[in-house]
Amino acid sequence: MGNEAQPADATQSVDFQQVQKTEQFRELRRRHRSFVFPMAVAFLLWYFGYVLLADYAVGLMSIKLWGNINVGLVLGLLQFATTFGITAWYVSYSNRRLDPIAAEIRGEIEGHEFDASATAASGRAAKGAQR
Amino acid sequence: MSGMVISAAAPLVNVGALKDTTLLNMGIFALFVLVTMVIVFRASRNNKTAADYYAAGRSFTGSQNGTAIAGDYLSAASFLGITGAIAINGYDGFLYSIGFLVAWLVALLLVAELLRNTGKFTMADVLSFRLRQRPVRIAAALSTLAVCFFYLLAQMAGAGSLISLLLGISDWGGQALVIIVVGALMIMYVLIGGMKGTTWVQIIKAVLLICGAAVMTLWVLSIYGFNLSNLLGSAAEAANNPNVLNPGLQYGKTETSKLDFMSLGLALVLGTAALPHVLMRFYTVPTAKEARKSVVWSIWLIGLFYLFTLVLGYGAAALVGAETIKAAPGGVNSAAPLLAFHLGGPLLLGFISAVAFATILAVVAGLTITAAASFAHDIYANVLAKDKADAGTEVKVARRTVVVIGVLAILGGIFANGQNVAFLVALAFAVAASANLPTIVYSLFWRKFTTQGAVWSMYGGLAAAIVLIAFSPVVSGAKTSMIPGANFAIFPLSNPGIVSIPLAFFLGWLGTVLDKRREDPAKQAEMEVRSLTGVGAEKAVDH
Repeated sequence: MGNEAQPADATQSVDFQQVQKTEQFRELRRRHRSFVFPMAVAFLLWYFGYVLLADYAVGLMSIKLWGNINVGLVLGLLQFATTFGITAWYVSYSNRRLDPIAAEIRGEIEGHEFDASATAASGRAAKGAQR
Repeated sequence: MSGMVISAAAPLVNVGALKDTTLLNMGIFALFVLVTMVIVFRASRNNKTAADYYAAGRSFTGSQNGTAIAGDYLSAASFLGITGAIAINGYDGFLYSIGFLVAWLVALLLVAELLRNTGKFTMADVLSFRLRQRPVRIAAALSTLAVCFFYLLAQMAGAGSLISLLLGISDWGGQALVIIVVGALMIMYVLIGGMKGTTWVQIIKAVLLICGAAVMTLWVLSIYGFNLSNLLGSAAEAANNPNVLNPGLQYGKTETSKLDFMSLGLALVLGTAALPHVLMRFYTVPTAKEARKSVVWSIWLIGLFYLFTLVLGYGAAALVGAETIKAAPGGVNSAAPLLAFHLGGPLLLGFISAVAFATILAVVAGLTITAAASFAHDIYANVLAKDKADAGTEVKVARRTVVVIGVLAILGGIFANGQNVAFLVALAFAVAASANLPTIVYSLFWRKFTTQGAVWSMYGGLAAAIVLIAFSPVVSGAKTSMIPGANFAIFPLSNPGIVSIPLAFFLGWLGTVLDKRREDPAKQAEMEVRSLTGVGAEKAVDH
């Protein structure tokens, strides 16, 4: 806790580079990135596509579908729907695919499975700065 | 013309009658202040450590924090600004709602949990994790202070113009007095309550605001038989212009204004996840999983609220009329209060006014504690005192900073009173997206990112955003400019995002590939493992 009394921290002597190299951690990183990167690209494209349509395709956006409800309004409300949908999807993906493996790795680290040898531990002295 | 037809047919809102409700407004507002003060006092009893003061002991649940985030995010600009924009400009106002909401996906997918796992109190904690401490921390703290300052000015200036309508105070001295009162209250909340008190104020305000907006939305819809198409038709009829239902009324005028809209859209969607006061809220929960829950809660609440603003905006256009809104004191911003008055008379207006005050108070408190934490934790404790300050001294410095920032905000608010509020909010978003977002994304996801890249990106983005705004039509060269007399607007767009955000990303890349120094791979490994697994993350403080 910064400049307060340091609580007992099981990560004081962990060799994080060793953790980083494990197949388990690489799997976690792959699962995380293979979800968030394509999803981020997709929703940004969809959002900017919508902004471009509203900006440059006013005719299309003004076509009325039901009564006074036009294409622009429907696409706008779809932006809300996709935002809610992606949120729900991400939560369920994290609960199923990310949290269990992250908890497993955390348990192993806290169980001192990755503690460094004496030489590597000395390099960790510099870490105090932001802890 | 159509407005006159309406006024003959339906009882039009009598703006003059608003003044009679001043006492009621003040009464409801005083009640809110009293109730929140009691809660803040009770919440602050356990404020002992820096983690208590800045991060509320990390003891809030995801749903509480999510509600507080919604309270922090739905500022007066959202509630009064967007409702007014839809009432006057129709569909183009709705585009703001969408940008403000979709932006949360950036926070959810890329930032919130990883940030919670690697930081402690401030954004600078994360950015300087694996880079050289001093230069990165100073740059991050400066951009935090810059964003908070512009956001604060916008809220305080907004308070001034709001008061002219709600309390019927129209002279400069009276408005200045109200700004001083709002500022002094905000200093009290933050000094006494710290993050815990601030969070409770935001939770209460979010509940009041969303409930108030929900009641008004259902009321408007019931008038039109819960048929959105009828409401839209009536709004178009009242405006005597079918184009209020189509995009382009505000931004479709010229090629430059179309480009300006793209620029605004970029700043909105990328700015949110880099707003320091939003980022700091992720540290008030015990784990990354709770941080995720917070974002999910806030996305639902904020999304719901922005759906309400669509109905409220068109409702105000149909029931109050654009001409009446524009002519009222407070102008565009008066759409929501005038609609409340039309629907529920003085009582609903009083309630909505009190909520609007509460909104400003809560947002200002959140910004102040963020700025104070950034100064005390990043600049004072880590740079000036070189990590030798104890926590007690750091919190003392933070409390003094709160007073200084409060006084600056009051003075800035008095002088910015009557200025273009949208300008300041857009600047805050553009500065956040330019100065902070590239470095946040690079340091979380790009292994090779270096200190030089971070420093170039942050200072480059910050400077580009501020310089471009200074030479834009918002500051000079147009009738609506801050300095209408002068003309040095070389940059044609009023939002700098489309230039400054890509520039900051480019500078971060360039600074990194040109950097001869390599960063410590052990620190990179540590940050990556911590960010994804949450190992060793700051835990909740037990009392």
